[in-house]
Amino acid sequence: MIPRHQTVLFILLLVASVLMGGLLWNQLRLAHRRLLQGQDSAPTQAPQVAPAEQATLMAANDADNTVEPRILSLPLPQNPEARARAVLGKLLDLYAAPDAAHPVPGGAGSIAQVFLVPIADAGGKLAPEGPELAVVNLTGAFAAGHPSGLETETLTVLSVCATLNANFPRVTQVRFLVDGQPRATLAGHADLTRTYLTAESAAPAAGDRP
Amino acid sequence: MPGRMFIPRPIPSQGAGSVSLPHSAGRLGYLARAWVLLLCAAVPVLGAQAPSAPAQRFVVLLDPAHGGDDPGAHLGPLAEKAYTLALSIRLRSLLMARGFAVVTTRDSDASVDSDRRAGIANNANAMACLSLHASESGSGVHLFVSSLAPIEARRFLPWKTAQAAWIARSLTLAGTIDSALSHASVPVALGRTALPAIDSMTCPAMAVEVAPDRSSNAQAGLDDPDYQTRVAEALAAALVEWRSEQRGDPQP
Repeated sequence: MIPRHQTVLFILLLVASVLMGGLLWNQLRLAHRRLLQGQDSAPTQAPQVAPAEQATLMAANDADNTVEPRILSLPLPQNPEARARAVLGKLLDLYAAPDAAHPVPGGAGSIAQVFLVPIADAGGKLAPEGPELAVVNLTGAFAAGHPSGLETETLTVLSVCATLNANFPRVTQVRFLVDGQPRATLAGHADLTRTYLTAESAAPAAGDRP
Repeated sequence: MPGRMFIPRPIPSQGAGSVSLPHSAGRLGYLARAWVLLLCAAVPVLGAQAPSAPAQRFVVLLDPAHGGDDPGAHLGPLAEKAYTLALSIRLRSLLMARGFAVVTTRDSDASVDSDRRAGIANNANAMACLSLHASESGSGVHLFVSSLAPIEARRFLPWKTAQAAWIARSLTLAGTIDSALSHASVPVALGRTALPAIDSMTCPAMAVEVAPDRSSNAQAGLDDPDYQTRVAEALAAALVEWRSEQRGDPQP
């Protein structure tokens, strides 16, 4: 026979455990929500008070497999990483438009983050104005919704690299992540495991004749 | 199962003049010596008239992209893996009818990773390697050569960038295929891309992506049999041209 006080103590401890579990789950949910809000805290739209500046968008065209420059006047933030995100966001807005020459759904929100990382020289030293690696973090929704095909995926990757090269001359290399993780391909074709050299995309990589 | 082909090798032949005189010939009379010398003189002539050893077969590798649990792009009711396999089978028939030895990376709906595809290509010692793709975007046929920077050929090459030593020849092959497709009135777009299977191949290699023909004069979908035939026959004609160029045959 279990004494009465032990039964009461067991019930109290059980109720306390359930309450603490619920409290913990709620805290976890709130923390996750805060994290997601923090991920999206970088501005996708520059404040309207920012002065308009010229940006070169290297826009892809599926019809002739080319990447052509389009110069637009955009209000851009001063922070280089936010600026890079805003420029690439505008590029993807062009692709999400109904009459796009390179239709890709998603738009500006598809660029989760852009990180600009200095590249050390052969001696391991970082020059103040040295070359940089751009890490472009795409959203999983963008990769999932991207049309599958060698040409369309290659053009997306090349146009992102070429746009970064046109607006940020110090960016010499580009790597892609999807939802913060490395991914084999964009939508089954374009290799996202390699580091892209912006010099390759600046050359007439698409549409060149052998 | 990857296709396996028997490639006949030419049988090494002895030199036409390697006939030894019998030791006892010296003891024969002048008449016998004259007969032996006449026989020796006739051997090269006979050798020249003998049928030559069969020339080494010209191997083409066809790589239907995707397969198994990787369907590739969705082309309406059809998956890219099924379209590329059908194109590969059709192209293989055309090429074999033209005397090519054809090796394929898959003959069924099987998963084959990119390293395995490149391994099959490299073991086949192919003279042309085509990775076949299909897409709903763009128009006509898209030809892609590896975006690796060209390097000099070396005895040992890094696996992931082995194609770098073959870029010049791959670009020449792309030019030949471009000409043949244009001759068949198929719109062509050329480009460079990073595709792991091709980047590891040690042969003139390229990706061929077939898209619907959206040119103003001839609209044709991927499922149009006439369009499929036109593309396959143009590719076969391009490879015949490529074989002629590689062997130095006189152009017709």
